[in-house]
Amino acid sequence: MSASLLQVRVWRGGATGAFRSYEVPRRESQTVLDVVTYIQRRLEPGLAYRFACRVGMCGSCAMTVNGVARWTCRTHVAKAVVHDTLEIAPLANLPVIRDLVTDMREFFDKWARAKGRFVPTATRRDDFAVVCPDRPERRAADAAIECIGCGVCYASCDVVRWNPAYLGPAALNRAWTLVNDVRDGDHRTRLAAVAGDAGCHACHTQMGCTERCPKEIAPTASIAGLKRATARAAVKGEL
Amino acid sequence: MKGVGPTTPAASQPPLLEKEGRSSRGAVRAEVLLWLAQRASAAVLGIAVLIHLATMSYAVRGGISAAEILARTRGSLGWLLFYGVFVLAVAVHVPIGLRTIAQEWAGWRGAGLDVIVVAIAFALLALGWRAVWAVCA
Repeated sequence: MSASLLQVRVWRGGATGAFRSYEVPRRESQTVLDVVTYIQRRLEPGLAYRFACRVGMCGSCAMTVNGVARWTCRTHVAKAVVHDTLEIAPLANLPVIRDLVTDMREFFDKWARAKGRFVPTATRRDDFAVVCPDRPERRAADAAIECIGCGVCYASCDVVRWNPAYLGPAALNRAWTLVNDVRDGDHRTRLAAVAGDAGCHACHTQMGCTERCPKEIAPTASIAGLKRATARAAVKGEL
Repeated sequence: MKGVGPTTPAASQPPLLEKEGRSSRGAVRAEVLLWLAQRASAAVLGIAVLIHLATMSYAVRGGISAAEILARTRGSLGWLLFYGVFVLAVAVHVPIGLRTIAQEWAGWRGAGLDVIVVAIAFALLALGWRAVWAVCA
């Protein structure tokens, strides 16, 4: 296996640019991030890319690998390679800064726009809130809470592609965890922020986010929850 | 292999609906209620279309004429109510769907679009109910 070579095409440039080809020795248990790192250290010192933890905790190394948004650190070459070829591009639906690095500002600004910030109702003088793990709200929040903000879902969403104002699966998923947080004090503002054609109602339930999420979260289910919650609030006149 | 980048640069557009303030809150509520109306009318249509198709398949066995149809539907309060509700569901469902398609595919938004879809709603309602009345009354 180590004798064979991988043909790797890597995006170079910004919004306009070109794929450039490299040959990388194939190794056992090699990850896509290993391949990118090999290219930068041995073949193309100017190649820009992001990574930090290398173990699937930080969410910074997501790229488009053979057309699919993935964490490169947790993707073995064997899983993604087609005919000994890899095509590695920056995440879709985000502006490219350079090479494999995207500008994530809009992605995280949308978290803020979706009111993804916890609004406390207690002070430091209050006792700890007791939230029963069996409560339906806690279970719903649990199912969605593990997001680390890697942007894979956002890059895999066709609605983001054609409606740039759409908040996207990650921001809406975050909002859903807070809608289910019984300690939070601003549900009303949050539901108003995530409703409408830039919010949860724009989702077409294509489930690209759910299919691709490396944490196996189902943002589609969270968005469906937001649709129900906003509908209830609208009927009650609370929006 | 030069070309446009592999990404669609994300938008620097402002959000379509600013969520602050009373009037925009009313607009948000209206959007959600429209969505709900479309879901509810779809549920009605799902059942109504099934009943409609099943009835047609049953009634048409061995051939059927306009006179035979009218003989069954004339003076029938049941069919009048059923198709009356059917038309109402269509008149709710179709314009909201067309509005969404116009927004998503043509980027067309605003009062002009709303006026047109309301006109379509009333046209569907008037034509549909007129037909139902003609057959059932």
